[in-house]
Amino acid sequence: MRKTFIGVLAATALLTAAGPAFARIDIPLWHAMGGNLGDKLNSMVKAFNDSQPEYNVIPIYKGSYSETVTAAIAAFRAKQQPAIVQVFEVGTATMMAAKGAVYPVFQLMKDTGEPFDPKAYLPAITGYYSDVHGNMLSLPFNSSTPVLYYNKDEFKRAGLDPEKAPATWTELEADAKKLQAAGVTCGFTTGWPSWVQVENFSAWHNLPIGTLSNGFGGLGTRLTINGPIQVRHIGRLADWQKTKIFDYGGRESASAPKFYSGECAMYMNSSGAYSAIKANAKGFQFGVGMLPYWPDVKGAPQNSIIGGATFWVLRGHSPDVYKGVAKFFTYMSSAPVQADWHQFSGYLPITMAAYELTRKQGYYDKNPGTDIAIKQINLHPPTENSKGLRFGYFVQIRDIIESDLEAIWSGKTPAKAGLDDAVMRSNELLIRFEHENEGKQ
Amino acid sequence: MEKRVFFEHRLTPYLLVAAQLAITLIFFIWPAAQAFYQSTITQDAFGLSTTFVGLANFERLFSDSLYLHSIEITLVFSALVAASSLSIALLLAAMADRVIRGSSVYKTLLIWPYALAPAISGVLWLLLFNPTIGIIAYALRQVGYSWNNFLSGTDAMILIVAAATWKQVSYNFLFFLAGLQFIPRSLIEAAAIDGASPFKRFWTIVFPLLSPTTFFLVVVNLVYAFFDTFGLVHTTTAGGPAHATEILVYKVYRDGFVGLDVGGSAAQSVVLMAIVVLLTAIQFRYVERKVVY
Repeated sequence: MRKTFIGVLAATALLTAAGPAFARIDIPLWHAMGGNLGDKLNSMVKAFNDSQPEYNVIPIYKGSYSETVTAAIAAFRAKQQPAIVQVFEVGTATMMAAKGAVYPVFQLMKDTGEPFDPKAYLPAITGYYSDVHGNMLSLPFNSSTPVLYYNKDEFKRAGLDPEKAPATWTELEADAKKLQAAGVTCGFTTGWPSWVQVENFSAWHNLPIGTLSNGFGGLGTRLTINGPIQVRHIGRLADWQKTKIFDYGGRESASAPKFYSGECAMYMNSSGAYSAIKANAKGFQFGVGMLPYWPDVKGAPQNSIIGGATFWVLRGHSPDVYKGVAKFFTYMSSAPVQADWHQFSGYLPITMAAYELTRKQGYYDKNPGTDIAIKQINLHPPTENSKGLRFGYFVQIRDIIESDLEAIWSGKTPAKAGLDDAVMRSNELLIRFEHENEGKQ
Repeated sequence: MEKRVFFEHRLTPYLLVAAQLAITLIFFIWPAAQAFYQSTITQDAFGLSTTFVGLANFERLFSDSLYLHSIEITLVFSALVAASSLSIALLLAAMADRVIRGSSVYKTLLIWPYALAPAISGVLWLLLFNPTIGIIAYALRQVGYSWNNFLSGTDAMILIVAAATWKQVSYNFLFFLAGLQFIPRSLIEAAAIDGASPFKRFWTIVFPLLSPTTFFLVVVNLVYAFFDTFGLVHTTTAGGPAHATEILVYKVYRDGFVGLDVGGSAAQSVVLMAIVVLLTAIQFRYVERKVVY
């Protein structure tokens, strides 16, 4: 009895405390940021909510990137969609094609009268998310690019310079052999195999990933990742797998424990993995370097391309909600917020102002290596091959590529045959996507 | 004499089964009808444009070498899971049947894994077999086998078979034990007096008498391996590497929910539905009639 009474009291107190919130406009935001990134996002959202009295953004974690997209799409079909959803970069073409479902960010900012300068954002990032007329369709939030992490302690032990990451694949191979001779099990491993070793590899060496400017030029695009240099590179990785100069550790970031545990001395993954590595690499110092390149390839290194996710706005809410979304986007792009997010996570600052602010704060001097990612995407003005990519059904295509990579690296299929198969299967999907979306663009 | 119940009102019987009918309609017939409908269309992810394509989704499915590969994988996987979980369970049940002291503790422990969700079982086995930090992978390395379920399809298959088997052993164990306890002691004792060895007694008396249980379990295990192992595959291998563990249920999910190919995924569901119908029919038709002793 007494317990019930206390319970009622507590509930009343809660309701009273939450009272003023009822007058505010709720803005549901579905995202895919788990772990410490999720906590950080929650605190950023809370800071926005506390900064003004009208809007209340509600962040909801929906699982992995693909689970989040799927959930949002299912919700849209059931007319229960959130106002904002975080979508990873490979879902861009799918979202763009869904004209009746998404509310382009540039349009939203115009309709709500929110001041918005697309020029303030880094072109290397916005290029990925703009339509043919250069209009920004979604708001970049967490963008990253793959970099090379290496174990400084093992480098020292193997007699290598711990302040110098291997710049080329030839150097990397030599270093890996020395490391192995000094007792390290494996030279290097990679996260996100297709993104790092195929998509970014191609951009970095100024090679096309697909026809029609990697898909930016139209729906008739087809994949071309079976060029001689890509085939040679993937084949080399297969050779190296045999002696563990390279050791495959799974998709996404499943290979991370290999680096954390010291089993592999080098690791290629997103610059956004920085905070996770810092937290997990106990007992050794690590350094960051640019991705290696093959010195005999003309035009390499070019610049790397981004990955990560953006906020897309879904239609079907009231104008008041969209006004709040616009305010929220302005807040999230402001230099202090972005600089803080960039420094915390290792994701790229999305605006020039955030980068300048971070530099002025002396963050890069205190944390050497954290500016590698931004230098790498800005290394040279992007070419048609290094602006990014835009393919329909790319989630499935990446799955196809990674399956073929696994077949190649396990020694079941030669590199050429494997990549040919990936191109053939992917093109079937691209043809289907073209048919489904013909006349819509 | 025939027993019949009469209702005063014509509608009363329908009213009584209405709840049951409603559940069947809402949870079985309606989704099934949806699957049939969706298998004949192609649709963009958001459902904004729909095209009727007839049987094209099925044509695409059966000309896709990956789908045929998935069927093959599923058959191998189911056969391995059913065979190993049945034989291990039978062995354990035969042993438990003879235990006198502490048998309830033994039985309780054996039943535990059944209470776990498949996803949890998957995570447990994944940790044990993780190439970098797993204790079994470590032991295998010590004896000279370089285990890597992220790269080797065989390793990945062994991993999911082990996890699926481990979970199903409990269920099979329960049924086998019950079956064993139903076998009249007198038959076994008579055989023993005639001089039959324990081994011979098992294969000529116990095993044939268990056949209805075994047959029932074979069907149940196949259904389990076909349909209930999704969570396990999802948490351990996600169908990889290189589609080596992409069983049919997992492919439905990947194509439909990850790839957003509604039509193709629905067509796969229809195929799966046909398999369930077939398995159920076999069970109804044969389990109770054909296995006699």
